[in-house]
Amino acid sequence: MAVYEHGYKPYAGSLTPEWSRFLILPRHASRDVFRSKLFVAFFAVCFIYPLVAAILIYLHHNVNAIALMKLDLRELVPINASFFHAFITTQCMLGFFLTVLIGPPLVSRDLANNALPLYLSRPFTRKEYVVGKMCVILILVSLITWVPGLLLFLLQAYLEGAGWLGNNLRLAGAIFMSSFVWIVVLAILSLAVSAWLKWRVVASGALLAILFIPSAFGEIINELFRTRLGHLISLGAIMNSVWLGLFGMFQRQTGRIEGTRSGRVIEVTFYEPPLWSSWLMLALFCAFCVLLLMRKVRAYEVVK
Amino acid sequence: MNPVIELDGLGVAFGKRHILQDLRGTLNGRAIGLLGPNGAGKTTLIHTLLGFHPATDGTARIFGQDITTDAKRIRALIGYMPERDSFIAKMTCVHFVRLMAELSGMPPDAALERAHESLFYVGLGEARYRTLDTYSLGMKQLAKLAQAIVHGPKLIILDEPTNGLDPPTRLRMIRLIREIRDSGEARIMLSSHLLRDVEECCDEILILKDGRIAANCNLEEERKANRKFIELEMRGDNRGFAEAVGRLGCEYAFTNERRLKLVLPEGVEIRDLYKIAAEREVQIRRLNFKRDSLEDIFLKAMESGTTTAAGGNGNGSL
Repeated sequence: MAVYEHGYKPYAGSLTPEWSRFLILPRHASRDVFRSKLFVAFFAVCFIYPLVAAILIYLHHNVNAIALMKLDLRELVPINASFFHAFITTQCMLGFFLTVLIGPPLVSRDLANNALPLYLSRPFTRKEYVVGKMCVILILVSLITWVPGLLLFLLQAYLEGAGWLGNNLRLAGAIFMSSFVWIVVLAILSLAVSAWLKWRVVASGALLAILFIPSAFGEIINELFRTRLGHLISLGAIMNSVWLGLFGMFQRQTGRIEGTRSGRVIEVTFYEPPLWSSWLMLALFCAFCVLLLMRKVRAYEVVK
Repeated sequence: MNPVIELDGLGVAFGKRHILQDLRGTLNGRAIGLLGPNGAGKTTLIHTLLGFHPATDGTARIFGQDITTDAKRIRALIGYMPERDSFIAKMTCVHFVRLMAELSGMPPDAALERAHESLFYVGLGEARYRTLDTYSLGMKQLAKLAQAIVHGPKLIILDEPTNGLDPPTRLRMIRLIREIRDSGEARIMLSSHLLRDVEECCDEILILKDGRIAANCNLEEERKANRKFIELEMRGDNRGFAEAVGRLGCEYAFTNERRLKLVLPEGVEIRDLYKIAAEREVQIRRLNFKRDSLEDIFLKAMESGTTTAAGGNGNGSL
């Protein structure tokens, strides 16, 4: 259909592989995302901690710098599982706020503009649509979590020597897995919220509420019943258990208090819910979000 | 060659409510008009063909491919222009059409090129860098058409393409649809409640009523079948002319002193009438081929109840 011909002509050229078409969505979405100055500023801020962490790792191995500062940096900030756990926890929280910025309009904008029939009338399935939209979050949050995390790990391994790499290989897996699990949860959650709440501000508020309100309720339950089972309804606490488990730092006993009951002194020991229960709750939470999402991601909603 | 659409007992139900029931027939036209009153199931049929709704009974085939098993392959052959406003917000038109082309499987460079071309083709070349939310209704309709044809589909499904258009834009849309039809490169399925649009663009019609096929006929065949009915307006020796025509074997009747209706038998051509008129010095002021208008066909189908007409090219059912 060349312009000069002004006639209808079918397309006879090559086609892209079907498996790769979900990647079209993140490619086009990234243009919109980086048009927002607020997003770009926040995205830049997300790289401060990785930079600081890289400097710390470098200083660890620079004898002159340590001598100059007159600080025992190796004792003060050891480069171990806790260091990378702290790094991932911080970056994942930044990833959450990044998702609050970019997640809400991803599906709601298409639903509000009735765009789903256009996507789904092509050789493009609902699953590809959802995966494509998830990839927007997966890619951007990956850039601030496991990607710099693994780079820091490699930097430390390079400076420390091959022995350290062999002894701490599990840390690399933990860095990737803990970030990836969180990113997938964030992506599914934000798409589900975006599919059900059309207003961006309300959707952003809902995301914040889902993270913080159940945590508050969980703490109330913990205080009232002197337990730690309240953590099972807190997304933050569940994720923390999962992260600790992946880094090999999970401990069930997390505290002990003394109190009196009927004039007798009693000791109460707090036990975190078992690690499998955190994984189970996380899986149930994701399944529920996927269910909500797939109910909305349809070309046309049928009112029965 | 495979028919464009084969309906094989297709039925669709939402819960306990049957929207489409036992649709059977073969559609072969270059441009197929889908007609029916509101709620007849036109849009549901289109959505089912596109795989948006599952068929609860039977099936349908598009270019020989089953909608239940080959949905993705079928959608690669189809361009769909939805009835309602459907866009991706905050996008320029060319970006939007390009995205749609890429989703149809075109590589990014080819998609961009075809997006520009299709926007020029529909007449939005000058406005292609404007965002879609700044477009007028007519421009939005044309943009929807551009995204439906950008990947060069074999079947273009247009759902109410002239809705809300002013007369010049409507004419433009009709012209484009006819051009695509006449190019022979794509088949068209046009759903509209405007009979005039369907009559101008389509050569085959499927009329739905209460979820069933009320009529399915080939308009071209209908037109050919009615071609021998002629209405004349004359000045001069009208009676003598009529008698002479009668001697050729034509049935005739006067509607008034100057108007004559006649049926030409096999072997008698229009030029025979002109010869007789010249011999008798009768002036033929007007000559019309009388035929059933689409409106007549539609009303007959509505009156005749929900009986399925002959599938395919039959014309005897109407």
